[in-house]
Amino acid sequence: MSTPATTIFSPETAARFDRLVTLYPVRRSALIPMLLYAQDEVGYISDEVVKEVAQRIGITELDVRNVLSYYSMLRTKPAGKYNIQVCTNISCMLRGGYEILEHCKQRLGIGHKEVTPDGQFSLEEVECIGACCWAPAIQVNYDFYDELTPEKMDAVLEEYKTGRGKETR
Amino acid sequence: MADVTFTVDGKKLTAPAGTLLIDACKAVGIEIPAFCYYPGLSLQAACRMCVVRIEKMPKLQTACTTTVAEGMVVQTETDEIKQARKATIELLLGNHPLDCPVCDAGGECELQDMTFKYGAAESKYVEIKQHREEQQWSPVVFFDRPRCILCYRCVRVCGEGMDVWALGIQNRGVSAVIAPNGQDHLECEECGMCIDICPVGALTSGTYRYKTRPWEMTHVATICTHCGDGCKTTLGTRRSNDGMEIVRGDNRDKSGINGDFLCIKGRYAFDFANRTERLTKPLVRQADGQFKEASWSEAIDFAAKRLREIRESKGGQAIGVIGSNRTTNEENYLLQKFARTVLGTNNIDHHRTVDYVSFAAALAGKSERTASLRDTANAPAILLLGNDPTEQHPALAWNLRSNVRLNRARIYIANHAEIKLRRQAKQFLEIPKDGYASLVQYLAGNDSVVAANEQTAAFRDAIRKEESLLIIFGSEFRGRDIQALVEFGLSLPNTKFVLLGDYANSRGAADMGLLPDTLPGYVPVASAAHFADEYGAVLPQNAGLDLLQMFDAAQSGNLAALYVVGSNPVTRYGVDPAVLKNTFVIVQDMFLTETAQLADVVFPAANLYEKAGTVTNTYGDIQLVKKAADKAGVRSDFELIVRLADRMGADLKKLVPFGRGVRADMGQTRGAQSGEADRHSVWLAAHGLEPKLSPFDPFATLDEIQRLVPSYSFSRLELLAGSDQHAKSELVQISAAPARRDLVLPSQDTLFTSGTLGRYSDKLKEVLDSHTTPKPVEAAAD
Amino acid sequence: MPRLVSHPDEVKIISRRFGQGAENLDKYLELDGYKATQLALEKGADWIIAEMKASGLRGRGGAGFPTGMKWSFVPKQSDRPKYVLVNGDESEPGTCKDHLIFLHDPHAVIEGTIIAGLAIGAKMGFIYLRGEYRYLLKIMEKAVADAYARGFLGKNIFGSGVDFDVVTQTGAGAYEVGEESALMESLEGKRGVPRIKPPFPAVVGLYGGPTVINNAETIATVPHILLMGGEPYAKIGSERNGGTRLFGISGHVERPGVYELPMGYNLKKAIYEVAGGVRGGRGLKAVVPGGSSTPVLRPEEIDVGLDFDQMGKAGTMLGSGGIVVIDDQTCIVEFALRTIAFYQHESCGWCIPCREGTDWLKKTIGRVHAGGGVDKDLDNIRYLAENMMGRTFCPLGDAAAMPTLGFIKKFRSEFEDHLNGKPCPYARHEELVGA
Repeated sequence: MSTPATTIFSPETAARFDRLVTLYPVRRSALIPMLLYAQDEVGYISDEVVKEVAQRIGITELDVRNVLSYYSMLRTKPAGKYNIQVCTNISCMLRGGYEILEHCKQRLGIGHKEVTPDGQFSLEEVECIGACCWAPAIQVNYDFYDELTPEKMDAVLEEYKTGRGKETR
Repeated sequence: MADVTFTVDGKKLTAPAGTLLIDACKAVGIEIPAFCYYPGLSLQAACRMCVVRIEKMPKLQTACTTTVAEGMVVQTETDEIKQARKATIELLLGNHPLDCPVCDAGGECELQDMTFKYGAAESKYVEIKQHREEQQWSPVVFFDRPRCILCYRCVRVCGEGMDVWALGIQNRGVSAVIAPNGQDHLECEECGMCIDICPVGALTSGTYRYKTRPWEMTHVATICTHCGDGCKTTLGTRRSNDGMEIVRGDNRDKSGINGDFLCIKGRYAFDFANRTERLTKPLVRQADGQFKEASWSEAIDFAAKRLREIRESKGGQAIGVIGSNRTTNEENYLLQKFARTVLGTNNIDHHRTVDYVSFAAALAGKSERTASLRDTANAPAILLLGNDPTEQHPALAWNLRSNVRLNRARIYIANHAEIKLRRQAKQFLEIPKDGYASLVQYLAGNDSVVAANEQTAAFRDAIRKEESLLIIFGSEFRGRDIQALVEFGLSLPNTKFVLLGDYANSRGAADMGLLPDTLPGYVPVASAAHFADEYGAVLPQNAGLDLLQMFDAAQSGNLAALYVVGSNPVTRYGVDPAVLKNTFVIVQDMFLTETAQLADVVFPAANLYEKAGTVTNTYGDIQLVKKAADKAGVRSDFELIVRLADRMGADLKKLVPFGRGVRADMGQTRGAQSGEADRHSVWLAAHGLEPKLSPFDPFATLDEIQRLVPSYSFSRLELLAGSDQHAKSELVQISAAPARRDLVLPSQDTLFTSGTLGRYSDKLKEVLDSHTTPKPVEAAAD
Repeated sequence: MPRLVSHPDEVKIISRRFGQGAENLDKYLELDGYKATQLALEKGADWIIAEMKASGLRGRGGAGFPTGMKWSFVPKQSDRPKYVLVNGDESEPGTCKDHLIFLHDPHAVIEGTIIAGLAIGAKMGFIYLRGEYRYLLKIMEKAVADAYARGFLGKNIFGSGVDFDVVTQTGAGAYEVGEESALMESLEGKRGVPRIKPPFPAVVGLYGGPTVINNAETIATVPHILLMGGEPYAKIGSERNGGTRLFGISGHVERPGVYELPMGYNLKKAIYEVAGGVRGGRGLKAVVPGGSSTPVLRPEEIDVGLDFDQMGKAGTMLGSGGIVVIDDQTCIVEFALRTIAFYQHESCGWCIPCREGTDWLKKTIGRVHAGGGVDKDLDNIRYLAENMMGRTFCPLGDAAAMPTLGFIKKFRSEFEDHLNGKPCPYARHEELVGA
């Protein structure tokens, strides 16, 4: 339970983590946000992330793995720079969510939880993302795109391909 | 808490408020099934097998999380409940491999039992079962994921019980899986508790898996031969080409002094018994210096003849005897009697791991001052000085942890190292290695002896405020320091003591007089009149040579013979082999140890698992040892001593007072074979009958021990029924410890070593190797 | 940006600041912001709880427990600190109402949290948003920072002498964390597995302290109630169902969106008038009335008032207010499969009936939909669901079993149409597995 002497994170993220553990009555409450922010920076939860986070929180690496494997947004393998998450749950399904997913598969040439060879895109079929009334909806990383059609989807992909897409973390 | 009255299945029951319904029911014989519930571990309510119907509750309730309440009306086995349980089992079986015919747990499986009981026989699914390859997590733990029902018992026993936390739960939903801390392997204490507690065959033992079926084994609950805790281990044995082979050790019995607990040694380190290098024929050194196999009568005659010659030519003082920390009380007693009456010498000693003599002297005449191992599980406050129970007394460590967890016991620890148990300690004081005596003085009120500070003051204040204290201390205390510690303890209102010695019968060796200056029961050799009367012999009056003096005597040509029983002093004390070149050495052992290699005669001996008798753990708990295994070609130490005495011309009726009790048929009427009679004696013992037919009967010697050693005046009936009996330290006939050299040599064993014996356990060696050469981390378990 | 909708039948209380720029603190203050907090500081805990009880507000997360009563269960004296926990882990399929609250009215959530804290004597509140709502978390974080900057949070709020802290927290993808005790586990940095109850959170909750946990919409409603008065609020709704709530109407309707309607509003009217009826003039096949876990209604069953009691009488639940409308061109087996696939994916795996039951339901319904079903499967689907109901560790098992039972009971013939190798009559995706 300490701030490590050397960190694998950027100074900003490391500073954020230093503060994060002080926000709650117990240090461990910082675990899930810390993992998510670490993933935002590193791209996935690597062994090094597990190690440093365990040290920062003051728990075992096993504890960290037990928790991280529970949450579906946390991944232990790299995703694409832009992770396309297509909701196919009921409201989206009724309004063409699967067609959007299929469209993305064809456009990107990858399947569920796969990454394009250039590492730019990954694709994921996800559960309800809370955009049911604006279905079908997707998220690119954390950004929502809703009321999609295959044409609108193409426009979104094009934006990211040409580097004009939003990059929020 | 106050009692409440409630109704279960129409029966009016009473139990303290707050009792869990599942426990209250079990207490009266109403068994509610459960996979995840395990007494003493945290509640899960995960398996949903213990569902019951409680009046006024809309849904079925879990009996494992419901506390009994006044007027509660419960049904535990209605059609609705049976259906719920059946449905749960059907769900489990949907993906279960149903490889029961080859599964280690087959026949001992709770899932099997429940399936049988609730009749979940119909297969409702056509999908292919999910197969996963078995994984080896450590030399002793294998994981077969498809068999796992996710009851989380292993996770809890490892974390809550062992404080190791090596197992976790990863992923979620149907992907949820038990995972080891090293990703693909375990980094742990290798206790195997996870295997014992697994209700199915998901976790299996590296020593036992795929070896045999449970019903093909004979199960004998006896006492572990390793450390001084004296845990009960249930040995599963099977007939082999040369006797009865041990194939499994576990703690399914759970009736022992160790409760739920068993460590790696009790569970796996029986394998020394099956080593191919075991001696099975006597060896006699020839004129050319080489050993040659000899017949039993040749070897015994040879040894006896030489001993008799030496006794007659040089007297008993030219003969030395070294006993064992792992032989039974009866054997130890017999060995000292043999030394004193047949060889005529007080030159007898053993490898002393702590100073039991000073401890006995300090407590003489004080009743109820020593604690049983059981007491360590419920004493409200404990002061632990020295030792590292996690490594050296794993059952004690388990009890202390459980006591803190379940009873909120207060543990105060002073140690020169940051031992693992400090995590359970209310206060921990790190002191210098030589600071124990000073600490006791400080605790007793002398401020000048230590560099006192707030922490030490708080430590002392807290201890002195305790109304009832259990002081547990290790070999760091000897002689006067023990006296001072006991005096300090007795100045507090209600104190008990434990001295932590190292091996299965180290305490028994001291209690039974394997010492040059005291007889059994710590009677000084100078005041042995009643022993002489009983033995009908003249006993040597002067203290004999201690262990180191014997080797000194050998070196100076004054020790003509040395009889070593189950001990390896040459290695333990670093004896130069040349020292013994003019001494006639007889060794009884399982293996050709460094000491045996120097012998003139070597007798292949049985180990503790191959004989009957009693042992005394370091707490003074006397327990019955039952014969489990058998090995053709070896003899018990008891038999060997008797035969040696016989060939030396001793009166066996005097040496072993056999034939006085109830007689039983030992098989003579039907011409019993060798070994069979001894097994028959196990059967007789199990049925409360004691064979008293032959001079090889240890229980005849136990009769004599009980006549002569008042501290061993326990209930024979209870002992035979399998209960541990506590030695009565107040009846020890010693007033002051004799002035003597400090010969205490702690064994410094760890969880994975066990003196010379441990070196002959392949499993311990494998575990030790795996812990010193860490495995590279590979891909995750799932 | 999610599209805002409106309809004359709406009664805008919670949603009145939507689209007004109220995420800006000054704008929020213009729109009566933080008045309720100051009123609450002035009047005290007993008054707050009395108003809440009078309002008839029932939990908007789905269970419908009276909020005032929940708050009154928290012991006055406690050795451990008390906490307020706002459940913004909105994850029930069909539900996106809290999304709009965080987006358009973050300060209302903060205000509600402070007021709940005042009511129970807590000094700290946590606002937990699902991990996918990162952009909303940022809005919330900014709102919290702004409130601190103005002295609305922190030491001596509004100069009252009272301290109150708010911490925002993100999840990382787990529906089960919406269950209150699982949410507390998650906030404590653990796997989102629910806790054994009792003890209930009001007595032993977050960090072992007494805890009030409310849905974000419930919390956001609180300041409005205090400003308008509990009784007037109660009068808006139906009997024992005070006020309004946000109904998200999605699926095959002309004008999907989140509408704020009085409790007790007619479901049929909501679909046909408010949301403009079934899209493209198609016929109605079914309605899932309150998020994916609520049992489906057939068209002839939808003439019912949208409140907790009337929906209960109709054999379903008001749930989270997410109304999913299904037209007559939809394969109900596929819909049932997508629903169970979700619960299978989200089961925490703790207890056997839910962990294994959801998986076998998914496998069996999936096989039926793909044409591999056999006659006994339909009875077995029902058997599986019936044996999960009421037997699982937490309500997720029921949430999976209830809709399944609804589909198999009310649309059995559609399942039968798939059996024995027959292709899906709607030519829908054969291998549909869910995320």
